[in-house]
Amino acid sequence: MNLFPHIPSYLGTYGSLIQQQLTMALLSVLFGLIAAVPLALLCVRYPKIYPPIVAVLTVVYSLPSIALFVLLVPSTGLTQTTVIIPLTLYSLAALVPNIVEGVRGIPEDVRLAAVAMGYTGARRLVAVDLPLAVPPIMAGLRIATVGNVSMVSVGTVIGVGAFGALFTVAAQLSRSDLAITGVIVIVLLALACDLLLVVTQRLLTPWNKRRPR
Amino acid sequence: MNVLTDAWGWLTTSANWHGSDGIPTRFVEHFEYSVEAVLIGALIAFPLGLLTGHTKRGGLVVTSLANVARALPTLGLVVLLVVVMGVKFRAVMIPLVALTVPPILLNTYEGVRNVDPQLTDAAKGMGLRPWQVLWRAEVPAALPLILTGFQFAAVNAVANTAIAAYSSFGGLGRFIIDGLATTEYGEVAGGAVLIVIAAILNLLFFILLRRIFISPGLQPKKLAG
Repeated sequence: MNLFPHIPSYLGTYGSLIQQQLTMALLSVLFGLIAAVPLALLCVRYPKIYPPIVAVLTVVYSLPSIALFVLLVPSTGLTQTTVIIPLTLYSLAALVPNIVEGVRGIPEDVRLAAVAMGYTGARRLVAVDLPLAVPPIMAGLRIATVGNVSMVSVGTVIGVGAFGALFTVAAQLSRSDLAITGVIVIVLLALACDLLLVVTQRLLTPWNKRRPR
Repeated sequence: MNVLTDAWGWLTTSANWHGSDGIPTRFVEHFEYSVEAVLIGALIAFPLGLLTGHTKRGGLVVTSLANVARALPTLGLVVLLVVVMGVKFRAVMIPLVALTVPPILLNTYEGVRNVDPQLTDAAKGMGLRPWQVLWRAEVPAALPLILTGFQFAAVNAVANTAIAAYSSFGGLGRFIIDGLATTEYGEVAGGAVLIVIAAILNLLFFILLRRIFISPGLQPKKLAG
């Protein structure tokens, strides 16, 4: 079977569709991370706000993407922004608990050693706490990234699905080859991003010789 | 154009509450498909999770499977199977089940595997047989995580049933797809609101399940004050 069958030219090229898919998915993860770090650190600092924030994030995570996309259309139109906003929220929901557990999980003796060496405040956070919390943070990033890469394709319902557009055409023309290509390419893209994150994690945490799970 | 007024206008039109494509029918359909997907998924995943967790083997397979499942685009699978098999119940149920299996499997595995060995040792010391250790010690202790797995599975099922409407399937997603096709934004927004309500009802159901089934010793401690 030809993995790259001819696609109607109005969709664009494979390259441009893949690029759109990755742009929307990865920007959402990035925005999610940017929002998640301060929010998680606030939760570590003020433990009382953590349970209600987790509750809100659980609700957000359970809202189906297709519903959020169409509800946003009147505000942000048929644009990539409409896809990026819900995916950013999902990423946030996956990341905050992982960052909080990661920073909380740092052993007390390590923290005390850092304090004794003169690390205080922001310096300790950047040089000690966050690096040690890398494994759980990366676990959250992997979940968010893999999920986003695949979920972008739902955007095709509002005409901004990047590679998901193949599914629309597959349904209209009853072309199973396009659907198969779409599924395979999206899974491969997601797993390639996942692999990159695993490699990044090994580079970021050279002290962990064991393969991260 | 205001989303909520559009949705409200559509939701309060009494004609939309009757007939084979009315809101109650679609709601029941959505509920049925989701429940069925979770139950079939549980039949497959729960025994496998117990087995892998109890024997502490097969962890890599379980975690890799969960990762690949997250990468699967539901919409693509639904379209593919409908194109290949025609609009059949099975064509839609297969992708739905494929996405309820991994969370149940992963969380059951992790939950049972991570039960405190002191607890299982004590159970063995009291003379319980391996099956009894599993049912009377490991499963109750792992129940919080197991329920989390079922909750994720149910969240997936509700969301993916909505997406499955893309291929001429019933459920609440129909309103979104039909509304988009006929450019009736009120119907689209109303359908989306109903899906959000279904998702929230689903979460409330799991909060209730936790209250009822999780042993008091394992309930999260209430914050004082």
